[in-house]
Amino acid sequence: MQVPAPLEYQRATTVDEAIDLLERLGSEARLVAGGHSLIPMMKLRLTDLEYVIDINDLHDVLGYIRVGVGEVRIGAMTRHRELLDSPELAALFPIFADAERVIADPVVRNRGTIGGSLCQADPSEDLTAVCTTLDASCVIRGSAGERVVSMEDFHRGPYETAVAQDEILTEIRIPVRPSGSSAYAKVERRAGDWAVTSAGAAVWMDGPTIVDARVGLAAVGPNTTGIPEISALLRGRAPTEELYAEAATIASSTCSPTTDNRGTAEYKRHLAGELTRRTLRQAVTRIEAGVAGDMKGQS
Amino acid sequence: MTTLDEGVAATTEDLETADNDQHPVGHGRMLRKEDPRFIRGMGTYVDDIQLRGMLHLAILRSPVAHATIVSIDVSAAQAHPKVKAVITGADLAEKGLAWMPTLSNDVQAVLATDKVRFQGQEVAFVVAEDRYSARDALELIDVEYDVLEPVVDVRRALAPDAPVIRTDLDGKADNHCFDWETGDEAATDAVFARADVVVTEDVVYPRVHPAPMETCGAVADYERVSGQLTLWTTSQAPHAHRTIYALVSGLPEHKIRVISPDIGGGFGNKVPIYPGYVCAIVASLVLNKPVKWVEDRTENLVSTGFARDYIMRGEIAATKEGKILAIRTHVLADHGAFNGTAAPVKYPAGFFGVFTGSYDLEAAYCSMTAVYTNKAPGGVAYACSFRITEAVYLVERMVDCLAYDLEMDPVALRRRNFIQPEQFPYTTKTGWVYDSGEYERALDLTLEMAGYDELRREQAEKRARGELMGIGLSFFTEAVGAGPRKDMDILGLGMADGCELRIHPTGKAVVRVSCMSQGQGHETTFAQIVAEEIGISPDDIQVVNGDTDQTPFGLGTYGSRSIPVSGAAAALVARKVRDKARIIASGMLEVSVVDLEWQKGSFMVKGDPGRSVTIQEIAMRAHGAGDLPQGVEGGLEAQICYNPENLTYPFGAYLCVVDIDPGTAVVTVRRFIAVDDCGTRINPMIIEGQVHGGLTDGVGMALMEMISFDENGTCLGGSLMDYLLPTALEVPHWETGHTVTPSPHHPIGAKGVGESATVGSPPAVVNAVVDALKPFGVRHADMPLTPSRVWDAMQGHPTPPI
Ligand SMILES: Cc1cc2nc3c(=O)[nH]c(=O)nc-3n(C[C@H](O)[C@H](O)[C@H](O)COP(=O)(O)OP(=O)(O)OC[C@H]3O[C@@H](n4cnc5c(N)ncnc54)[C@H](O)[C@@H]3O)c2cc1C
Repeated sequence: MQVPAPLEYQRATTVDEAIDLLERLGSEARLVAGGHSLIPMMKLRLTDLEYVIDINDLHDVLGYIRVGVGEVRIGAMTRHRELLDSPELAALFPIFADAERVIADPVVRNRGTIGGSLCQADPSEDLTAVCTTLDASCVIRGSAGERVVSMEDFHRGPYETAVAQDEILTEIRIPVRPSGSSAYAKVERRAGDWAVTSAGAAVWMDGPTIVDARVGLAAVGPNTTGIPEISALLRGRAPTEELYAEAATIASSTCSPTTDNRGTAEYKRHLAGELTRRTLRQAVTRIEAGVAGDMKGQS
Repeated sequence: MTTLDEGVAATTEDLETADNDQHPVGHGRMLRKEDPRFIRGMGTYVDDIQLRGMLHLAILRSPVAHATIVSIDVSAAQAHPKVKAVITGADLAEKGLAWMPTLSNDVQAVLATDKVRFQGQEVAFVVAEDRYSARDALELIDVEYDVLEPVVDVRRALAPDAPVIRTDLDGKADNHCFDWETGDEAATDAVFARADVVVTEDVVYPRVHPAPMETCGAVADYERVSGQLTLWTTSQAPHAHRTIYALVSGLPEHKIRVISPDIGGGFGNKVPIYPGYVCAIVASLVLNKPVKWVEDRTENLVSTGFARDYIMRGEIAATKEGKILAIRTHVLADHGAFNGTAAPVKYPAGFFGVFTGSYDLEAAYCSMTAVYTNKAPGGVAYACSFRITEAVYLVERMVDCLAYDLEMDPVALRRRNFIQPEQFPYTTKTGWVYDSGEYERALDLTLEMAGYDELRREQAEKRARGELMGIGLSFFTEAVGAGPRKDMDILGLGMADGCELRIHPTGKAVVRVSCMSQGQGHETTFAQIVAEEIGISPDDIQVVNGDTDQTPFGLGTYGSRSIPVSGAAAALVARKVRDKARIIASGMLEVSVVDLEWQKGSFMVKGDPGRSVTIQEIAMRAHGAGDLPQGVEGGLEAQICYNPENLTYPFGAYLCVVDIDPGTAVVTVRRFIAVDDCGTRINPMIIEGQVHGGLTDGVGMALMEMISFDENGTCLGGSLMDYLLPTALEVPHWETGHTVTPSPHHPIGAKGVGESATVGSPPAVVNAVVDALKPFGVRHADMPLTPSRVWDAMQGHPTPPI
């Protein structure tokens, strides 16, 4: 049995209390949400924290998916499982269910949260790619108040985000635009494994023409910009296989993978392209089938 | 007494409708007697043992693969308020316990004294009041290492400038471990020289790990007054372990009791003696308290016995019509830092000699060079019956390479070269005597179940459309049940197994076996073996295993040896008891023994079925009042030690169908058809379970499992997120069938099945993947066939994993 180093445990029952504890306990304190990234690291003694502040009681206030006008708001404590099962997300952003089906396993999904996922900022983490694809923004709260940052500003690099030590991510906001759909695809070596490479695509159309499109990649280097060259290429064009192939070429060339046990950099580069092509095609197929949301458009 | 399962020689299994909840008095389907406790979470594993005053031990391991130990400062750890002792290699050296023998007669450091030789090697241990404190105190030990260049690349281990790892061995100037050869080199060379076709391929079987769900551990309890040491431990071979502890420690053997409680999977991982066990014993001796050591997952993956790690140059010679003439191979074997291979002494490469496969050859030759590297030691019988997995993988891959070059159907090529039924017993060119086989019958059943011709048609259509579908066949012959005393021993201990059977007065029974279940269902199977012979219901027969004070001597469970050796012992001891029962029955029925007829469960007077006595009545009589026939002692029990005259040779035909996504190179195993022949089938449900597990294991090795190292010798497979084990999602619905070809020399004709599927499945999967890649001109690609590595092959550069 792997056992963590000695630590103190605190339980926060309100967001303000969590922030207060973070301020008081200082740099050796860390929030624990689902615990599926933090606790394994503690057991392997890869972290040197002294206090954990359990925010699972905040699920009541931060566990939600709210559809508003032009925007969907997801509370940071919303669990993978809730994202997977949400009919609202399925209707608006099928990319979530696509991704959640291949994130970890049911045990992890029952506890892991979207907030924990984004804050962990693992380079292979899938929800950052999803949120990038959807042009989401993040609500961060500290004792001085709240600020809203784009994914590009939120994600500072591997394991690094805009959330300061004494701040908490409370909400993810995703703009809803008409006639859009999305898709996600991942290649893994085994069910439950982290991505070798994954790609998400979101497309918005006006009749036969693409109005806007975004692509987000995971596990192939920092890609939190939605790959503007791809967006620029696709805007105003009619979707064709040739166009997807061009987008794929851009995805392959703009990513910066490294060789590891999951695969060679060359292969990951190839996958970035291949999965970009597939998810763009899938998103368009969904729009054309009139099923932004449910899984009927899946091939 | 041989009863064929379902009475049919070649059968497709229908597991959906099979009724497993039967109550045979003997062989047949029945639920496992041990399962009520396992599925209720009521098993007792080593880590469940709690003793009064028990302390906890944790091991400090080397963070680097090769380094001189400059100094170790334990003072801060000793000052931890809950720490009772901190022991280093130097402390053990004072007691002469710093080194211990391995199962291959090498030595291994219990705690490093001079150098560390692999990352994860044991350097010191802490004993504390609880496991948390023990673990915390490890961080207070300060070790200064002088890092040396490691030997990681096995191909460079013998380079003249390679650093010498085993400086502990007198005069050792290189990393050479041993050379070994088998077969006739000159004869093989001659056949190769005149062959029409010779195919050469380098085939790597990467290092993998048994990765049992339960890691290794021990609780040692030394009782100072009586001088008695009790060791609860994760051991697949409790008797062999006890003898070795006695020889090494000097404690008298009768004062050592080794108990293996329930074991959560072994796969060979629990055959060796690990430094941790010895540390627990030493700690208990030093502190006079019970001491528990249970390793964590990383420790298990990084430091305990690995499997495989063979680089094989395969060569196969044939006529252009496809008659295979000879196989030749040179193997470079990576044995890690210490040679800890679990294999009989005369077989340093295990049973790799069966690399001639299921084919009738004119010649065969293998030479092997084994080397030391800065990696964990091992080379276990990991569900591989002593390296047969490597051997079968080599020959089945080479036959497919030959089929590729000859442009022949791999089924036809195999069929043409099979050893024929009338050739058994068949002596191979490397000297193995295959006991019995009817290979075509198994192959035909597999092809019929698979719909082979239809699959090939489908493949042709798909290929025309650019889709990638592959069909892979493997045919294997296993050699299990080590083994005859004249040939086989481990560290001087003969590989015969004892067995004791006692019938209680009321006709219930206890059978004590020397082998040790790790989940294979021995409590059920052995009760059924005895039941079949003596006519007492399996429910009324208790099987005792895993306690040296409660069971007769024997060498334990690995290499599929339980049924071939201990199973034979159980059948024979039951027959011995039955012989005695017959004499008592003759007295009870007042007839001569020759006038008695045995009908499962009772003796009857021939021609007078009304006059009979049951085994239960005989048991009561044996223990009861009144005279027994002249010269017969009371009681109804017997004991034997069974020395097998030969190994047994199970076989099977496996066929795998894969699809590969041409865009991502992801392999999906769509179908897997497995026909096994393990001779007489005792409990078909248990056999099927063993086969399912082994097939899953094979898919894992073929597609994802590998213990790899970085250039510093750091193990990259230290967690189950890095060392991937297959899940239900990676494997198809298994389609199984069987044929029955009993072993002629085993008392009930059974051959053993624990490892068949692990041996047979990897080549089937790899052959299927390579077949799917045929349009790319790929003849061979090495495991693990991860998407990235398959994609490499599709780009025309299949790459060895090491
Ligand atoms: C076996 C396994 C497989 C996995 N596979 C995948 C996969 O394929 N794809 C994938 O994307 N992920 C995968 N994960 C990661 C999983 O999704 C994580 O659980 C999740 O990403 C982190 O969420 P959590 O709620 O568990 O975070 P925690 O572990 O609780 O926290 C992670 C970090 O975020 C911080 N944090 C948490 N919540 C907040 C907040 N609201 N505000 C500020 N900081 C916060 C914590 O302090 C900590 O530093 C896997 C995990 C496991 C164990």
